[in-house]
Amino acid sequence: MSAGYSAYEMMTVTAARQLRDGSVCFVGIGLPSAACNLARSTHAPGLVLIYESGTVGTRPEVLPLSIGDGELAETATCVVPLPEVFAHYLQRGRVDVGFLSAAQIDRFGNLNSTVIGAYAQPKVRLPGAGGAPDIATFAREVLLIMKQSPRTFVERLDFLSSCGYLGGGGERRRRGFPGRGPRAVITDFGILRPRDDSQELELAAVYPGVTAAAARAACGWPLAVAADFAQLPPPEVADLRVLRELHARTDAAHARPVRIQLPPANHS
Amino acid sequence: MSLAEAIARHVHDGQRVALEGFTHLIPFAAGHEIIRQRRRGLHLIRMTPDIIYDQMIGMGCATRLTFSWGGNPGVGSLHRLRDAIERGWPAPLSTDERTHAEMGVAYQAGASGLPCGLTRHFAATDLDRTRAGAAAELTCPFSGETLRAVPALNPDVTILHAQQVDREGNVLIRGILGAAREAALAARSVLVTVEEQVERLAAPANACVLPQWLIATVSVVPGGAHPSYAAGCYQRDNRFYLEWDAIARERERFEHWMHEHVLASADHAQLLRRLGVAQ
Repeated sequence: MSAGYSAYEMMTVTAARQLRDGSVCFVGIGLPSAACNLARSTHAPGLVLIYESGTVGTRPEVLPLSIGDGELAETATCVVPLPEVFAHYLQRGRVDVGFLSAAQIDRFGNLNSTVIGAYAQPKVRLPGAGGAPDIATFAREVLLIMKQSPRTFVERLDFLSSCGYLGGGGERRRRGFPGRGPRAVITDFGILRPRDDSQELELAAVYPGVTAAAARAACGWPLAVAADFAQLPPPEVADLRVLRELHARTDAAHARPVRIQLPPANHS
Repeated sequence: MSLAEAIARHVHDGQRVALEGFTHLIPFAAGHEIIRQRRRGLHLIRMTPDIIYDQMIGMGCATRLTFSWGGNPGVGSLHRLRDAIERGWPAPLSTDERTHAEMGVAYQAGASGLPCGLTRHFAATDLDRTRAGAAAELTCPFSGETLRAVPALNPDVTILHAQQVDREGNVLIRGILGAAREAALAARSVLVTVEEQVERLAAPANACVLPQWLIATVSVVPGGAHPSYAAGCYQRDNRFYLEWDAIARERERFEHWMHEHVLASADHAQLLRRLGVAQ
């Protein structure tokens, strides 16, 4: 990657650019949260962010460490109980975009967030899928952001936690899923998109200084290159500045010590 | 009633116990008291186990866990939870794993006296395949649609932390609720810790208030949600969440830390002073 910005920054700026102003976005924590808040602070001020903690229309000034930081509630339009955000907002079809990450992805955008190895005797017990299976089912479309390597972009998932296009070839549509499925996977090499006919993910674009060969080598299945394959321009300076300011505010806030005022002790 | 007395009286070995509060208002003080009183064989229920269940599992309180997301939010793994599932330390831990939406409808069902909660269903995941008997497909008798049913959750005891209790014993919860209210209404008995007692709750008509007659006991425990937070009282101790990763990674350091902090403190106020969070 060329000088002036990191791979993480290129990835986050690219992910943010996938979000359209005015859409309603259900946000996962980590990389998705950074991308969504960058988008809201740049080209998409009308982006409505919903976190699974029940904070609807939240506009955090600093990135939350967890999906339920106080910042999210204080800057939200409303805060609803968690069963309600999943039933009344997500399942009812009120979410345009679900923005997720996972530990493993296969060529049809199916996700594993649960275990590496066998479920009963896992080699690595991952945190689990949380709301991802629900978001991947019900959001009108899904954006994914994941670092690419042959260990994460795999021929075969250890565990199917969240459904993408299942076996491809229209299976998801035939089963009547309300959401269309993954629209794009943003990686640290570029962007993967599903083919119209098979829904197999293929390399749609790479970042400056990245070759298609390098991206293909970092994928566990034989990654096809799209017919309209493109080279992406470097990130806008303004986007980088906003992202860096966001992280600086976040680091300062997270370093601030917490003080709790106890009433005077009434015993030894 | 003091928290120690409340736990002694209402939390028993082998029970199904839910400490709820989604990232916010996690009843850490109550969880620590359960550890001090050495409860065993608990079936712990919580959407996001968080550090409190990492500590309870690592200290040998639990044999079963119902949950939907078991990580340290924004940081990574819960190492004690992983050690229990991957290597059976300090005791084997069986799991009942669900999605967030499923936990939501399961608590709602439990709170409504229904045997199961429902979500729409389109394709089986591996989670569905690993839990035969704990999730099932159901056909809607009206539309013919396929639905997914998950069994209701009815904890023996649900424990919450909240901001205020009034003189009558009514409890006000402000800010992010998670599934706290549903978990309380689903339980056989409800214990609450609060930041403070006030004469009257300044609560708007639609606020989340748990009436006194739903609650077994309320204990005033300032800072009782630390290192999570209580909106309007103190912030989430994100630094502690980051530091926990190194504390919990190895068994010895974890045990040493728990002994030096949680077990060496008689109560939560002492622990907060020991951690340097309170004067």
